[in-house]
Amino acid sequence: MRAAKVLESGVIAPCMPWPRTVLDAAAWLRLREALASDPSLDLLALWGEPGFVHAAFLDIAAPRLWLASTAVEGGRVPALSPVRPGAALFERALHDLWGITAEGAVDARPWLDHGRWPVRAPLSPRPLSHSPAADPMEFLPAEGAGVHQIPVGPIHAGIIEPGHFRFHVQGETIVRLEARLGWTHKGTLSLLQGKSPRVAARFAARLSGDSTVAHSLAFARAAEAASGAEAPPRATALRAVMLELERLHNHLNDMGFIANDAAFAPLHAEAGLLREALLRAQHQAFGHRLMMDRVVPGGVAMDLSPEGQAAIEAALAGAAAGLPRLLRMYEGHASLQDRVLATGLLPPALVAAFAPGGVVGRAAGRAFDARMLTGEMADCPTQPGADVDARWRQRHAEALAAIARVRTLLAGLPPGPLTVSLGHGEAREGVALVEGFRGECLAWLALDEGGLIRAAFLRDPSWLHWPLLEAAVIGNIVADFPLINKSFNASYSGVDL
Amino acid sequence: MLWPRLARNLLRPPVTDAPVVPLPEVVAALRERMEAASMRRLGRSLAIRQVDAGSCNGCELEINALQNVAHDLERFGLRFVASPRHADVLLVTGPLTRNMAEALLRARAATPEPVWIVAAGDCAVDGGVFKGSYAVLGGVEAVLMPDLIIPGCPPSPTELLEGLVALVEANA
Repeated sequence: MRAAKVLESGVIAPCMPWPRTVLDAAAWLRLREALASDPSLDLLALWGEPGFVHAAFLDIAAPRLWLASTAVEGGRVPALSPVRPGAALFERALHDLWGITAEGAVDARPWLDHGRWPVRAPLSPRPLSHSPAADPMEFLPAEGAGVHQIPVGPIHAGIIEPGHFRFHVQGETIVRLEARLGWTHKGTLSLLQGKSPRVAARFAARLSGDSTVAHSLAFARAAEAASGAEAPPRATALRAVMLELERLHNHLNDMGFIANDAAFAPLHAEAGLLREALLRAQHQAFGHRLMMDRVVPGGVAMDLSPEGQAAIEAALAGAAAGLPRLLRMYEGHASLQDRVLATGLLPPALVAAFAPGGVVGRAAGRAFDARMLTGEMADCPTQPGADVDARWRQRHAEALAAIARVRTLLAGLPPGPLTVSLGHGEAREGVALVEGFRGECLAWLALDEGGLIRAAFLRDPSWLHWPLLEAAVIGNIVADFPLINKSFNASYSGVDL
Repeated sequence: MLWPRLARNLLRPPVTDAPVVPLPEVVAALRERMEAASMRRLGRSLAIRQVDAGSCNGCELEINALQNVAHDLERFGLRFVASPRHADVLLVTGPLTRNMAEALLRARAATPEPVWIVAAGDCAVDGGVFKGSYAVLGGVEAVLMPDLIIPGCPPSPTELLEGLVALVEANA
């Protein structure tokens, strides 16, 4: 049976622009059964709300988004991880934040809750008070002659976010890696509740600082969809400009850092300088180097002046001239190629099972970009390789495409107002999917009659990248881990919530 | 005969003069000059260990940008080190999450004295927008008293440099 058929059988809840279907317990089980044999729906996210569990699926052939929900009975709901392995981390978070147990889940260990909060299940209707104490962490085992463990973190050696990596190694080779996150859990979802979208937008902007525009935009579009508002054309164009600039500066950063982790400093220096010029232009144009809080529900927080536009165009000219130079440098050094080729290979079966978005997915041949949902893009380039090299090349291709897109947008900026006000009156829901530099950023929010947030979920693409990183490093040497890790560049804060 | 000669040498005082005792004023003056010279040659340098205590990674982007060729922080005698055991400065970002508090305190315990604690970014100053969350203790000062705060969301590389170079100057 097709999973979409099961979803169509549910009761429609008014969520814009993609309706949410509410399934009863039997239909949820039928959905799970259908998903086992029907690969057409990719799992995007799974999250909770008091009394309910929601799931977001993506059909990339259509392309369209599906939202499905089921009621929680006795604190439990049938797990989806047996048929969609990407659900496992979401199910662990479901337990830690909402106190909902996924029955039959492939992994029931805690994820975000380290035992150090003064409450258990903080987003459940009745959080239990709890005396904070560090719970011992249990790691998946690896057995064999000469296998030993390397614990790393939560504080890492470089200037990066905190996380704990537990390596099992045999000689120099990684046998198993497990990433344990949650260290930067800030309670973001609880802080969103009861606030107006305008006030809550600053939390979406700080879900993952490097994707501040993408998450702000997903949040704003979901809030607008829920309120029946539409951002004015000039705001929509400026948002698209900022989104592409964010993609460009992050891709430049990652291309440089991947080379740096292969001890190839000149490329890092060159990419860093191009990125710095772009950030300075962004500061001149939008008043903030990372363009934080510039995308707001209803529109954008500021206009682009002709001087600002000129600054952006100058920085783009620099990047457009620099990118072919970076590629020549990248391809011209055998010692660098030796490090990146066939390193951190992602097995095709896992790409199919997890359906990762963004650079990680496209560098493994998965042709989806969230901009195809809105018709902003007809198709997207991909790379075959699925190794560190493919991910570097994918970023390079996307950086060039981002420059072309910003230039087109700037050439035809429509005049007009920058914001609309969000109306309210009836309880509504909205959802949006935005292609950030890492992949699809999803925002879902439900507003009450007063226009305040009743429940919300913000999903970073890294939820599916972390488990795949664990798989991609197997069989590689420990010394290549930083290189492979950087080629994924998953967000910690984005999934720690 | 060997034994009488040994006994004689043991009992007879040495022919070498008694050690001279330097004048304490001379020692003090020389020590002062030596310290001044080593501070001048080696002292204008601080090793920094960055600790993300729960940030959104915006501060990390700007701290990383300090190392690009435009900012080049090493020319000011500042450098990032991998271990707190090699650090003079703990540069802390993020609202201090409950999950990170123990790790931050352990990093502090591993840092040799004297150490400067720098709180970088609005979150590290007082918890920023995350203040009041069940998962956040507040700013860095919830567990460590900062010597310097660098506000901003995130602080720009120039603002970070101004703060860090001030630390070098204060130290020199």
